[in-house]
Amino acid sequence: MSFLNEDTNYDFLKVRKFAFALSAILIIASIVSFFTKGLNYGLDFTGGTLVEVGYEQDADLPKIRQQLDDININGAVVQNFGSAKVVQIRMPQQDHIENAKVSDAVLAALASDGSKVIKRDQSFVGPVVGEELKEQGGLAMIVALICIMIYVALRFEWKFSVGSVAALAHDVIIVVGFFSITSVEFDLTVLAALLAVIGYSLNDTIVVFDRIRENFLLMRKATPEEVINNSINLTLSRTVMTSLTTMLVLLALFFFGGQTIHSFAEALIVGVLIGTYSSVFIASPTTLALGVSKEDLMPPEVEKEGEEFDAL
Amino acid sequence: MFTDQPNQRLLPINTYPKWKYVLIVFVIAISLLYAAPNIYGEDPAVQLSALRDATISEQQIEQIESAWQEEGLTPKSIESEGDKLVIARFQSNETQLQAQEIANKILNPTLDEQDYVVALNLAPATPDWLASLGGKPMKLGLDLRGGIHFLMQVDMEQAMARQQEQLRRDFIETLTAEKPSIRGRVETIDNGLLVSFRSDEDAERAYSALYKSFIDRIDINLATQGGRPVIRAIFNQTKLQEIQDNAIDQNRLILSTRVNSLGVAEPLIQRQGSDRIVVQLPGVQDSALAKRILGATATLEFRLVNHEADVVAAQQGRVPAGSKLFESDRGPIVVYDEVQVSGDHLTDAFASFHPQNNQPIVSVRLDGEGGARMLRTTTANRGNSLAMILKESVPVFEIKDGKRELVKSNVVETLVSAPRINGAFSTDFFIEGPDFTPANTKDLATQLRSGALIAPTFIVEERTIGASLGAENIEKGIMSVIIGFSAVVLFMLLYYKAFGLVANIALLLNVVTIVAVMSILGATLTLPGIAGIVLTVGMAVDANVIIFERIREELRHGSIPAQAIDKGYSQALSTIADANITTAIAAIILYAVGTGAVKGFAITLFIGILTSMFTAILVSRGIVNLTCGHGKKPSKVWI
Repeated sequence: MSFLNEDTNYDFLKVRKFAFALSAILIIASIVSFFTKGLNYGLDFTGGTLVEVGYEQDADLPKIRQQLDDININGAVVQNFGSAKVVQIRMPQQDHIENAKVSDAVLAALASDGSKVIKRDQSFVGPVVGEELKEQGGLAMIVALICIMIYVALRFEWKFSVGSVAALAHDVIIVVGFFSITSVEFDLTVLAALLAVIGYSLNDTIVVFDRIRENFLLMRKATPEEVINNSINLTLSRTVMTSLTTMLVLLALFFFGGQTIHSFAEALIVGVLIGTYSSVFIASPTTLALGVSKEDLMPPEVEKEGEEFDAL
Repeated sequence: MFTDQPNQRLLPINTYPKWKYVLIVFVIAISLLYAAPNIYGEDPAVQLSALRDATISEQQIEQIESAWQEEGLTPKSIESEGDKLVIARFQSNETQLQAQEIANKILNPTLDEQDYVVALNLAPATPDWLASLGGKPMKLGLDLRGGIHFLMQVDMEQAMARQQEQLRRDFIETLTAEKPSIRGRVETIDNGLLVSFRSDEDAERAYSALYKSFIDRIDINLATQGGRPVIRAIFNQTKLQEIQDNAIDQNRLILSTRVNSLGVAEPLIQRQGSDRIVVQLPGVQDSALAKRILGATATLEFRLVNHEADVVAAQQGRVPAGSKLFESDRGPIVVYDEVQVSGDHLTDAFASFHPQNNQPIVSVRLDGEGGARMLRTTTANRGNSLAMILKESVPVFEIKDGKRELVKSNVVETLVSAPRINGAFSTDFFIEGPDFTPANTKDLATQLRSGALIAPTFIVEERTIGASLGAENIEKGIMSVIIGFSAVVLFMLLYYKAFGLVANIALLLNVVTIVAVMSILGATLTLPGIAGIVLTVGMAVDANVIIFERIREELRHGSIPAQAIDKGYSQALSTIADANITTAIAAIILYAVGTGAVKGFAITLFIGILTSMFTAILVSRGIVNLTCGHGKKPSKVWI
């Protein structure tokens, strides 16, 4: 069984101008949305209080809002979470109630009419912690990109490292843009997913690069365009296969993993799609645009690098 | 670049030397062994532990056991660890609750003496032979078992203010001791002090005096400010670090003692970053109660020993009025109730060595007022002993229908030490003892510091995860792993046929190895961790996909099957290594900068990369070699 013709020979580079244009539009849209609309940051980033409660019957959301109003809780977001019996309440910092006491006050208010309410989940995050997290998250992303750039530059050549990091930055920006445009909540698990996207997309890109390096040495008379096209084609079935299997698992997470990892799975699904696209249409064309050539890869092969893998 | 070793060229292709099979079998056997405890799961248990000096006797255990049996609660087993801890396992959660209530009534009959903690626990049901080999199941994170998480911040400004005050006094003392004495005006600045002088000459003399005495603690420089000569003294990096570490250590210790009184099985109290402490209380649901307990207080008091009292009579209950009997390592001691100096005046205590005989001692520093009082006390009571008493308020619970209720707080006093007063002293003094060792002086110093709250803490983050939500998370997490895993397995089988089967075996072993490594390392499984495993499953097939696609390619180019297999595996190696190393870099960075959820995810991702390198390359090829290598020449491969 096989999805693709045995010897595919698509001219991927031919559409590179179109791909660059498409990506440019997506990136600009993402950046514009990020700066105008921003992200719908979750509690982890904004600070505030979250209470998740379970009712025995279907919960009456308007009544809950009224109950919160009665104890002067401002700016609360009340919504069903996963089922009609579970309600999630998110509140920003309250001026008149001490932070650590908000959740207790809310529970008391909800139970005041005799309803049976159980507390399922409760978090309070100080605004300082949230701020730090935002900084840390951004920092993690930058450090990861730099380290990866160094590794790829050492193992391949600087043009490849620029290509791979360009593709990664492309993926991160678009996934963040997706979250901004759709207003899906951006919480800590989404941040984790974003970093995982870096890992995944990189994996994809490296596989293609590896082939390009190999082919530059094998196809001595071919132009860089031919080499790159050929490499993408040769690795295409693998790229598709791996994306498919990963996607299968992510879909399982999305549909069966429960509410708590819903947005995590969502971020990864978008990330894997974008990452697969970028490793074919962005990473390699970028190295080509930088003028990669056979000579770049010819000079002194680092002899026994990776000796430790020989034993495998 | 990544080629087979030359000596293997001599063997027929697709042949592994014997040691490789041995290695594979060995690793798989170890993995199966250490992953196994996770299958047995955990038993609901009741944990009886003795606080402070109390012990649990055989009789008490028998008494509790018969009380349980009367109610029809028969534990699966009862295990004692020393005379301080007993764990009784039960069949179900309901019997566990009832049993807790009964045991608590027997061990803590009155509200005044709460010497035991009866806690609900989950004890690993690992069989003995496996446990004796060190086998234990993975720990579950709070999001999977329910409980409370606090992130507490230590107020470093307060800790710094105390140190600045101390330094200010030391400076003034040094400058007055100079002949003729130097006068200067001292102000506090960020992380240090600024001293201004009337003349350049004063400033220079002060500089050399201060430099000599304090250079180990501060960076010091001479400058002019507003036309006056000044000395700017800033704590150096080592000292700043020490101030921070001490404040954190001390608070951690206080929190630990308090958490112990809550009777939580496996609490986690850990430093995070430069000024925060994480407290995790698995199984605890009442956050208001937990907050009250963590916020309780401990103080230190210096009191005189009552040498007039008859110790034997006191032991029989006839303690003189205004005194109290304490037990110490060197027998009973009667101490006056009157407080000479309270711990509020203590600014620092640290373990060091006697300058002359090099014996371990504890150096203590008091503030000015404390010093004055201490001088008065020690001048008048030379030859007497000075007792140091740690006072803590310990919450008292009653268990009603499996719920803990805080009834009241008991004040518990513990004698820390009672050294003899050999001479008058004030702010700076040290305590020596015949049985002091470097280890116990360090403990004593920490204990003394913990009595003086040098840095208040407050809660900056709080999470309570309901037990039912935890159970739901586990169930759904495992469900999604099984579904995702099955989908991939089926897909690989359809797509790569025989080789798909090989990949699936490798994949299964990969999950087993991840679980085994996590169990061995004692890593905690969290919900994001499960997600990490799921992602690894998806990505782990990648290595095999790369190899199989290569084999297909070689076959298309007309290679004979044996050669195609050989080339497929060897050429894919460098790609797989590069791809995995880059992902590993990402995982390491995630772990380094991440907290909580991100860390959990990073750990499983990193372990998954390592194990998948092993299973997808070595194990997968081992199976292929065994079935169609070793000189066999397959005419056709099912791929």
